[in-house]
Amino acid sequence: MTVEVGKARRRKEDARLITGAARWTDNIRLAGMLHMALVRSPVAHARITSVDVTAAVRMPGVLAVFTGRDLAEEQGSLPCAWPITEDMLAPPAPAVAVDEVNFAGEVVAVVVARSAAEAHDALEAVDVDYDELPVVLDLEAAVAEGADLVHPDLGSNKSATWVYDSAEAGAGGDVEQAIAEAEVVVARTFRQQRLIPAFMEPRSVVVDPTPDAVTMWSSTQIPHILRWMLAATVGVPEHKLRVIAPDVGGGFGGKLQVTPEEVIALVVARRLGKPVKWTETRTESMLSAHHGRDQVQKVVVTAKRDGTVTGMRVELLADMGAYLRLVAPGVPILGAFMYNAIYKFPAYKFICHNVFTNKTPTDAYRGAGRPEATFAVERIMDELAAELGMDPMELRRKNWINHDEFPFDTVAGLTYDSGNYEAATARAVELFGYEALRREQNDRRANGDPVQLGIGISTYTEMCGLAPSRVLGALRYAAGGWEHAAIRMLPTGKVELITGTSPHGQGHETAWSQIVADRLGVPFEDVEVLHGDTQVAPRGMDTYGSRSLAVGGTAIVLAAEKVLAKARTVAAHLMECAPDDVDFSAGTFSVRGTSTTMSLGDVVVAAHVAHDLPEGVEPGLDSDAAFDPDNFSFPHGTHLCATEVDTRTGRVTIRKYVCVDDVGKVVNPLIVEGQVHGGLAQGIAQALFEEAVHDEGGTLTTATFADYLLPSAADLPHFVTDRTETPAESNPLGVKGVGEAGTIASTPAVVNAVVDAVRHMGVDDVQMPCTPMRVWKALQAVGGGA
Amino acid sequence: MIPAAFDYVAPTSVEEAVRALAEGGEDAKVLAGGQSLIPVLRMRLAAPTLLVDLSGLTELTGVHDEGDSLLIGAMTRHYEVQRDHLVREHARLLCLATDTVADPQIRHRGTFGGALAHADPAGDLPAPALALDAVMVCAGPHGTREVPAAEFFVDYFTTALAPDELLTHVRVPKLPGWGAHYEKFNRVAQAWSIVAVAAAVEVSGGVIAQARVGLTNMGPTPVRARGVEEALVGQPATAEAITTAATRAAEGTDPTTDGNADAEYRAHLARVLTERAVTAAVGA
Ligand SMILES: Cc1cc2nc3c(=O)[nH]c(=O)nc-3n(C[C@H](O)[C@H](O)[C@H](O)COP(=O)(O)OP(=O)(O)OC[C@H]3O[C@@H](n4cnc5c(N)ncnc54)[C@H](O)[C@@H]3O)c2cc1C
Repeated sequence: MTVEVGKARRRKEDARLITGAARWTDNIRLAGMLHMALVRSPVAHARITSVDVTAAVRMPGVLAVFTGRDLAEEQGSLPCAWPITEDMLAPPAPAVAVDEVNFAGEVVAVVVARSAAEAHDALEAVDVDYDELPVVLDLEAAVAEGADLVHPDLGSNKSATWVYDSAEAGAGGDVEQAIAEAEVVVARTFRQQRLIPAFMEPRSVVVDPTPDAVTMWSSTQIPHILRWMLAATVGVPEHKLRVIAPDVGGGFGGKLQVTPEEVIALVVARRLGKPVKWTETRTESMLSAHHGRDQVQKVVVTAKRDGTVTGMRVELLADMGAYLRLVAPGVPILGAFMYNAIYKFPAYKFICHNVFTNKTPTDAYRGAGRPEATFAVERIMDELAAELGMDPMELRRKNWINHDEFPFDTVAGLTYDSGNYEAATARAVELFGYEALRREQNDRRANGDPVQLGIGISTYTEMCGLAPSRVLGALRYAAGGWEHAAIRMLPTGKVELITGTSPHGQGHETAWSQIVADRLGVPFEDVEVLHGDTQVAPRGMDTYGSRSLAVGGTAIVLAAEKVLAKARTVAAHLMECAPDDVDFSAGTFSVRGTSTTMSLGDVVVAAHVAHDLPEGVEPGLDSDAAFDPDNFSFPHGTHLCATEVDTRTGRVTIRKYVCVDDVGKVVNPLIVEGQVHGGLAQGIAQALFEEAVHDEGGTLTTATFADYLLPSAADLPHFVTDRTETPAESNPLGVKGVGEAGTIASTPAVVNAVVDAVRHMGVDDVQMPCTPMRVWKALQAVGGGA
Repeated sequence: MIPAAFDYVAPTSVEEAVRALAEGGEDAKVLAGGQSLIPVLRMRLAAPTLLVDLSGLTELTGVHDEGDSLLIGAMTRHYEVQRDHLVREHARLLCLATDTVADPQIRHRGTFGGALAHADPAGDLPAPALALDAVMVCAGPHGTREVPAAEFFVDYFTTALAPDELLTHVRVPKLPGWGAHYEKFNRVAQAWSIVAVAAAVEVSGGVIAQARVGLTNMGPTPVRARGVEEALVGQPATAEAITTAATRAAEGTDPTTDGNADAEYRAHLARVLTERAVTAAVGA
């Protein structure tokens, strides 16, 4: 019975989030709480020759100042949970730098004071001497012969090289042979600029070390993983550590981390025996919270003259920054399975070199590896189409997997369970008015209009629902990919759902309530979703990788089924029939063929009071379930973008944006729409606006929102969105995930449209973000523009 | 971030404010809408020990008709300038430029005088003020003086105001019957100008009788595109004449290179935007 699932309910969490009633970490105030502020390195690479804290400790309100040396033993090394190869090079990663700093923004000292203002005042009084070392910033220079080294002890700037070869894996042919035999070869190098996740709520952490146990509140996406990792690295016994993620204002992967600041707050609070709070400033956030993307992608595609793609070879340099953060080494590897995208070509090779530089460490950022892959393949499909003189849509049609070919074993070794690229594309083409826009484009070209029109296509897919634990194991990831849910049936008929997912803006409280309401036949309002506290929701793998619904939602379904299975036994006993004769619908059990019924609420009470239960049945209906998927889910869709490029100024304006996404079954269309809009904003932002820029000394020059340009609604077009619905086969809800789709799909759609607008003038690429100056310079370089 | 500690006074008259500034010396700063100053304090790029908050000085708000000119109070908020019918009628260029400043939230806090006194080369009001030959009324311990816009903007973030002086009003000559346009080029809606062009043009009998063109962010201070003005005056108000005149827009400018644009591109933008601004002003 689905009454709730599919309903565009407004989110129950929104009232508190938008009226200032939310409980952010920074709202937490404990008696005797101290405040922490951090001295950060202004230089990107240096030996620390001295840290003089004498003046700082004398400042008003200051209780203690710690250097890296003071904390060296307790702080351990920040964990990296994804050693992608057996011989991966991994430097120690201290939370507070001890002997040397490796990026500008790295913590070198910790000030603890009675107030945040006093802590900040004392920062300047800490005197640090640096003996500067050569900085390594450029990825290609970092791997060149004789390059300066970020970590001389490691002997190389290459942390690891990871290879997938379809021939070796038995999933396809040999790429070198495909290249040798190809009628057409197109090779391109793309650069994924460095991005900053830029979540709205800055990171914040409060630690309360009571004599019995330690409680940490943190603005994190991963309370469960955080607790585990902190226990493993900092030495607080896991059962003495409780981690709470209260309301969290966005993450986008940027809070999928065990941060230096969390470790420092924990160590310092324990040292002082007092609660400690730290909340970052925006500039601190931009300097030190992990960055995303930053890859050089060398891509070769081979094809026959008729447009049949025959192979692809990808070689990446992926910037890890100065240290290996939690899942950073695996981020480009998540892309390895996506370069073949929706296409059927038979040979594929992927080589990835993870590289150290003297920059802020990178890690997961919305899409994590998959946006990079999707960008490269969708961009090069357009380049191939241009080379062949084919319409880029036609080229895609020729190469994609047809809907009747599913399940489809891909050249990258995955099995796509379902999809219908024809349907999504047909709908998108219709909404977009593809042919009419092509005609207008031709007219403008013919008239030499100073404003040219471009059309960009992105027919993407992505792997979501991370992840089958055995696959993660095979990829050497330290954790599993299952998810947990528990249901507590309260005696008055209300329901508590405990989830291991950890929402930070996704609306889980609403969507999960909808699922439970349908499964148990209880009112939506009667379901309370509990999450984000390791004491309340003790098991979980948290929220990232568009996994929460596909994996966590399925765990909820399993937990509900367990409740019903037991309730059926109890109901049958009380109604004096066999369990097999009991039907359940809309919250009521009935004996088949009779008028005898019993509500779930009555069964709950009976199970709770336990006056009359069948032999061997334990009191209560509470249940617990964990779900480990046996496959990923594969959302897909077609995004079409029309841009106008002012050839005189280089300005790009999005004229029309249409996307038709297939995210499988939809629990709440309003939430899906919100995720698509936000995703598009972030993907378009990569194409046109955002870029983390460093000067030649390695200092981030885009450390405020005046320099790091986030688009707002005023900068974005009206989005025309629609969906097709091809259910996933890998979970009982038929859902695929929608958290990353917009971000993954939109970036190449926009850049393809920019290039398409000026291709006839001789431009075949524009580096992201496609700023007006870059577009203008690209035109100048080919003698175009005005 | 948290600013360094400072004292705060909220005077209720210009005299009181001037006295407070004088007593505060070098380390005293005027606080108007705070939209530029507060970020500077929070990032600890400056640490004045005294802030003199002008928000209680109602005598410094509003727009007054003075016959040949308008007198605009320094504490008039951007959104008030945008909506003021006197400004819209007699100094439309200011409305148009103010429309492009930041976003509604900031326009409800930021002030007309603050934007001029801050003298940000990328700010949108100095160039229009310069183009309109506005006059700054400054009050100090020794009374008031009037400084023409051409002398007011001295360098990056530097004006002719002495540390113990206030900008109290701005006198803007009326330009009856002139067309105006502010052509701003930036990358996201709430951002400052990469380059912008303020144009006011009087057309009489199809001929350009007078022209004023001010450039934003083409040097450390706003500049007049005198070459363009010269080339326009006496020409027919045609696309061709405007295009020709606009080629002189970057003459005598000194644009910087930053993350958004290098000097060459800024010079190019100045020419294209001037053409567009003047064309729009003539058409208006
Ligand atoms: C996100 C953001 C975007 C912005 N975008 C733009 C934009 O696109 N274009 C633009 O032009 N501006 C922009 N601004 C700046 C905005 O217009 C400010 O309001 C303005 O520059 C300063 O005005 P204020 O009243 O806020 O002055 P304050 O911030 O209070 O003061 C600024 C400076 O001027 C001095 N001062 C202020 N008033 C007086 C006075 N009467 N006499 C003497 N000294 C005085 C102060 O001491 C201080 O040094 C933006 C600001 C922000 C925060």
